[in-house]
Amino acid sequence: MAAKPKLAVYKFASCDGCQLSLLDAEDELLAVADVVEIAYFLEARTAVQEGPYDVGLVEGSITTKHDVERIKEVRKQCRFLVTIGACATAGGIQALRNWRDVNDFISHVYAHPEYINTLKTSTPVAEHVFVDFELRGCPINKKQLVELVAALVHGRKPRVPTYSVCVECKRRDTVCVAVARGIACLGPVTQAGCGAICPSYYRECFGCYGPKENANSMSLGQHYLAAGKPSMQLVRLLRNFNGHAADFATASTALETANK
Amino acid sequence: MSAKHAPVGSFLTIGTEQLQALMDVLKAAGYRTIGPRLMDSAIVFGDLDKIEQLPVGYLDRQDGGSYRLEHDDAAGYFDHVVGPQSLKRFLYPPGETLLESVRTNGQWQMKAPTIEPKPIAVIGLRACDLHALAIQDKVLLGGPYVDPNYEARRENLFIVAVNCRRAAPTCFCHSMNAGPAVDDGFDLALTEVNRNFVVEIGTPKGAEIMFDIDWLPPARNEIDEAQAVVTNLKAEMESRERRSHGNREAPRQRYLNTSSIHDLLLENLEHHRWTEVARRCLACGNCTMVCPTCFCAAVEEVSDLSGEHVRRERAWDSCFTAEHSYMNTGTVRKSTASRYRQWLTHKLATWQDQFGTSGCVGCGRCITWCPVGIDLTEEVAAIRGSEDSAGAKEARAVLAS
Amino acid sequence: MATMLEKPPTTEPWVAHSARIADIRPEVPGVFTYDLEFDDPAMAESYCFLPGQFNMLYLPGFGESAISISSDPQERGKLSHTVRIAGNVTQALARKQVGDPLGVRGPFGSDWPMESLRGHDIVIACGGIGLAPLRPAICHILNHRDDYGRVILLYGSRTPNDLLYTQEYDTWRDRHIEVEVAVDIGDANWRGHIGVVPVLFYRLRLKPQETAILSCGPEIMIRFVVFEALARKVKPENIYVSMERNMSCAMGLCGHCQLGPFFVCKDGPVFNFRQVESYFNLEDM
Repeated sequence: MAAKPKLAVYKFASCDGCQLSLLDAEDELLAVADVVEIAYFLEARTAVQEGPYDVGLVEGSITTKHDVERIKEVRKQCRFLVTIGACATAGGIQALRNWRDVNDFISHVYAHPEYINTLKTSTPVAEHVFVDFELRGCPINKKQLVELVAALVHGRKPRVPTYSVCVECKRRDTVCVAVARGIACLGPVTQAGCGAICPSYYRECFGCYGPKENANSMSLGQHYLAAGKPSMQLVRLLRNFNGHAADFATASTALETANK
Repeated sequence: MSAKHAPVGSFLTIGTEQLQALMDVLKAAGYRTIGPRLMDSAIVFGDLDKIEQLPVGYLDRQDGGSYRLEHDDAAGYFDHVVGPQSLKRFLYPPGETLLESVRTNGQWQMKAPTIEPKPIAVIGLRACDLHALAIQDKVLLGGPYVDPNYEARRENLFIVAVNCRRAAPTCFCHSMNAGPAVDDGFDLALTEVNRNFVVEIGTPKGAEIMFDIDWLPPARNEIDEAQAVVTNLKAEMESRERRSHGNREAPRQRYLNTSSIHDLLLENLEHHRWTEVARRCLACGNCTMVCPTCFCAAVEEVSDLSGEHVRRERAWDSCFTAEHSYMNTGTVRKSTASRYRQWLTHKLATWQDQFGTSGCVGCGRCITWCPVGIDLTEEVAAIRGSEDSAGAKEARAVLAS
Repeated sequence: MATMLEKPPTTEPWVAHSARIADIRPEVPGVFTYDLEFDDPAMAESYCFLPGQFNMLYLPGFGESAISISSDPQERGKLSHTVRIAGNVTQALARKQVGDPLGVRGPFGSDWPMESLRGHDIVIACGGIGLAPLRPAICHILNHRDDYGRVILLYGSRTPNDLLYTQEYDTWRDRHIEVEVAVDIGDANWRGHIGVVPVLFYRLRLKPQETAILSCGPEIMIRFVVFEALARKVKPENIYVSMERNMSCAMGLCGHCQLGPFFVCKDGPVFNFRQVESYFNLEDM
């Protein structure tokens, strides 16, 4: 094998949970460190190697003017740029501000709102620079992360499914919580990857992995509405971690409008 | 207790005690006994040791996108119908390793893991699922290539079938000639009559298992009663077809007009209904996962970071995914409409070209377990109802040329 | 296509046979020909295929890819695949060197019906990498030249640099195969036709009743080739096309390569036009 690819991990507006997933990959971390050079990863080590880097993993969304400039620099530094997690790929839960007046929030939360300098919106990295690959999830799944690293090292496309959480539920023999318990679940419109954890605990899928390809949240939302679910419950369900993702956003906006 | 031989085709009677004895004999014969059990708010197949584990007194209320269990003291051991999974899970599991490769000194050692599955005895298989099994046999064993893992599991299967006494509104086996009467492919078939079971011997293997069980010859009326159970159910299903829509207390019985369905669907590949159903369809794949005959499977490469230990893992796949028709030039079936069309036309039409049988047994699982309750019988009826007149079709052909 | 190979019964249909790369020849940009040799001499000895069939090439860790066989079916011990580097597996293949190991399952699928076409004039109409699965058919014709009448190769590619097997055209012409070539975009030295393959039909005078068409290439090209052939009164039952879908198990077990009532892997890839006619002009089939 040629020289180990240099890996950089960046943080924008986020909770650090996805970076922690990388550190949490205890069993695999040594093997990962064997195949890649972790060159820039402030959460893990203060020593920093100069760029450019072969691979950049970006956590977090773009919420400040500074972010907008910095992500462009990051893009220049990285040959292959991967967003990790719901914040970086869809704007995260902080994208709830996109439906409201952010100054209103600031004045309620901070004693000195004048110190806060932020954009009106929280947006995904891909709205600012070209992104080579996206790892979904809130947080990301460590198996998918290791698969991503393996794929990059061996020069192949990462095997990350784009189908629904339902496929995972059915494969693991979880009885559908939507059909058998009448729970409003986002599984049918959400991309797989988590292993369908929540429904196995009789809870709805919260859409952590964002819309699957060809998602149809409008249809699902209308079905739940017809089954008697309050529209605002559905709006809140769609506006969790991936609320700003196109398919979820369209559906939640329509449901909210219908409610008014 | 006396050992007695009952020939193939004969009937006998057992009580619940002997049903337990049947399980015990099967276990003693080396089978893993599985049957319907109450798990996670549904009745699904699971390991079965004691008849107390059977969902006695439970009914399943099913309709498009909805399944609820209900207790009813009058209900017997097998008065539920079918749940979200089928025997497919046990014979063609949702995930298994097909090939393992290890690289040592630049050489790949490739081998298929040998499987020695414990023989399965399934108790409570319904007519629709027996037909589904026969269809999967054609798909996985009937072609030039045979799936060895399916074959290994299928070979030693022991089937204790059950005649349904009740149909869910989503059931339409009667339309598909796949029920409700159990007619073939079983070792033993039970019909619950007055808390007893009339047993039909289907095979010498079935006769052998019954040899050591303390059964009784059935009273004359018991056989009649048992046979009336399915005859009456079929008549009831037919009469309920005509009940009005939208009545939640007694939803309409599904049925499918299968006359010329092959040509009907293939002549309407550009029907507007495909686009209409796609507005509701989530392309989530649930219908294919719960279908007892759907066999599409993807093989995924799983390797460690070093790339020196590699497995090829097969997992259930669905024609509703983008990956299913993916080629280097892109996904062939991009739209949800084209995926729904692929599924429905395959299931009901082109399956006949490929395997000489419909791919549908009318179990209704795809209707119940569709999160938005899309009903294939309704889709076919819509296409049939609004099929272009011959004149319009001709006009379109002229325009196209 | 009618003559399916008698499959040797296999109890391990998923196990690839180990082979290695004996030679790599760059053909045109992004396209290489790989000669393969089986590790097991008995396998090398018994392996045979028919023109138009394909193998599943396996690179552990990357997966399998369906690749048509492009060598001469009569030349035992020689097994070549001309591969366009496009996906996961072929990209990994492009990084391999002579001597590297890989797995082979096959041959699979239907073949060009060379036997039943004896006595016919044959037009081979193909585009780009589509010549690769037809090269064995050309080899077959050369091996049995007197069995066939007039043979015409109509071949097109994007640019002159993308034309496959150019060094063989003279040999083919010497054996009375008419080779007509067109490119989408010419260069300063290009003196041939500019345009798409169907255009090459314009100047042809065919004896339609006696002519068979073998076509492989992008689906849109095949569609227009068929259109031109039918317009010239070639009998539809004498038109054969090689189709492509997501061939994954190659045995008709996994369901991925369906096209109407067909599994392209086992009922195809070579079809009589009559078989696939009604699925040809449909979107997203």
